[in-house]
Amino acid sequence: MSERRGIELCGVPLRGRVLNGSGTFDAIAAHRVFGDELYERFPFDAFVSKTITLAPRQGNPPPRLWETPAGLINSIGLPNRGLQGFLASDLPRLAELPVPLVVSVMGFSLDELERLVRAVSERDEVAMLELNFSCPNVETGLIMGADAGETARAVERLRPLTEKPLIVKLTPNATDPAAVGAAAEGAGADALSLINTLKGMAFDPRSGRPWLGAVTGGVSGPAVRAVALQQVHAVAARVAIPVIGMGGIQSGRDAADFVAAGATAVAVGTESFRDPEAGARVGRELAALLEERGAESGAGGAARLGA
Amino acid sequence: MSGARRTRAPFGRRRAIVAEARDLGAYRLVTALDTGGPQDPRPGQFYMLAAAERWGAGEGERPYLPRALSFARARRSGEGVLLDFLLEVVGPGTERLAQLAPGEGLWLTGPLGVGFDCEPSGTPLLVGGGIGAAPILALQDELGEAIAALLGFRSAAHAEAASLFAEAEVCTEDGSAGRRALVTELVRERLDRDGDRTVYACGPPAMLEAVRALCAERDVRAQLALEAGMACGYGACFGCVVPARSGYVRLCVDGPVLDASELTDAGVPEAGR
Repeated sequence: MSERRGIELCGVPLRGRVLNGSGTFDAIAAHRVFGDELYERFPFDAFVSKTITLAPRQGNPPPRLWETPAGLINSIGLPNRGLQGFLASDLPRLAELPVPLVVSVMGFSLDELERLVRAVSERDEVAMLELNFSCPNVETGLIMGADAGETARAVERLRPLTEKPLIVKLTPNATDPAAVGAAAEGAGADALSLINTLKGMAFDPRSGRPWLGAVTGGVSGPAVRAVALQQVHAVAARVAIPVIGMGGIQSGRDAADFVAAGATAVAVGTESFRDPEAGARVGRELAALLEERGAESGAGGAARLGA
Repeated sequence: MSGARRTRAPFGRRRAIVAEARDLGAYRLVTALDTGGPQDPRPGQFYMLAAAERWGAGEGERPYLPRALSFARARRSGEGVLLDFLLEVVGPGTERLAQLAPGEGLWLTGPLGVGFDCEPSGTPLLVGGGIGAAPILALQDELGEAIAALLGFRSAAHAEAASLFAEAEVCTEDGSAGRRALVTELVRERLDRDGDRTVYACGPPAMLEAVRALCAERDVRAQLALEAGMACGYGACFGCVVPARSGYVRLCVDGPVLDASELTDAGVPEAGR
């Protein structure tokens, strides 16, 4: 198939293969900063919201950032307006985006998750849901996503509540992410996305105390790319559902590596901090590379891409 | 004078060219020719900067992220604008920026954030501490040369930055240039003489907190340009928050200039290097 025709992800047509990582792009704030030019040249082919929780959250105390070699540790703590605030003020504005909307949710219990999934999936503006079982800054996220049994139980509870595609975001801070991914697939997940950030820490060089206000955070950026590629490769080998690969993607060549590892789509995260348009650039470069590769390997090459 | 506090940035980053770079005492003044952005950034707004080449592989294999810098002066030049950035080398990012030579490429995103409200009530009082003098210079350019700035520096080498100002009263911590005093002492004296003022300040957290407290006890309006470590500069990362009365606010989109009345403590944690 031609890359120019786009792909289908869980039945949702996308104009290309590049999403944003949840929590790495605030389309509402970016519209305030850049105006309508943002919509005219929107850098992603689907937009993933910041993770929303049932109750509003202020997020973690600052400092929240630490630069590492070729990367970043963040400790943001999922600040958000809560479900009601999201539905009332954020969702109508996200619905203006020129691409399908994926809403990321996180619950601190299965009951909370049920309420979030029910409420969000009622809204026509939402194309898909992503279940954040993997945020390393919030204790319950780690527990749910780090364990295959916990993940299966959660997805089994949530699956009957919505007809919309459910994407399970996997944490890399698990002994065997492929086992968790397979459990999610077995329980009815439509797609998997990975990796989330790796747990990390930094110390204030002057005081010797932990730098981050919440002590630990999550590492992202090119520093984690090799780890992400291995995990995507391992997970994609175990499941038949599509995988959205991410972790330190800076270029189309990086993205093509994730496709080679078995990803159907990719996400750009930290690179958007350096270049707000990075998603569009990665998409153009990736499409050109895949066209080239498809032409070289014939129809078999295109089928291997799995779209 | 314009009431607008924000000039909108084009979407994405663009390549500017370093037109000039020179030492200014303890600081470095880098001038970039920006032909892809607006010619009228507002005082207090900032840009995200990264060298187009060799950004990375410095100390500790950094820098990785762009660095947020307020512009110190903006001058129209043909189709573009010459932007002056005043920097102090405090880590691998500012070190690389300080190495930039004329002709080198510089990635710019901006202008970003909300600048100063340039319609003061009463007489404006401009206050800069150290490298925080940068946006105060842009503000003096906007408000008029006759508005003197009170500038505090560590030493005479740092105080050379005052030479950029049309009118300035200088003090240093070690007395090697101007009065030996903290700039907040000069602020106190001015406010004791005439309290019908709007104070504009940028500087280190302890200075900003002292200015905030002085103004709060006298019921003087103050606008403070704060600093925090930023990854993106446009609201994406949620990393640059400071505690305000309304909760955490993102300095990149809700600041970096905040009205002092929004804060209970301007002494926010020091910015990441």
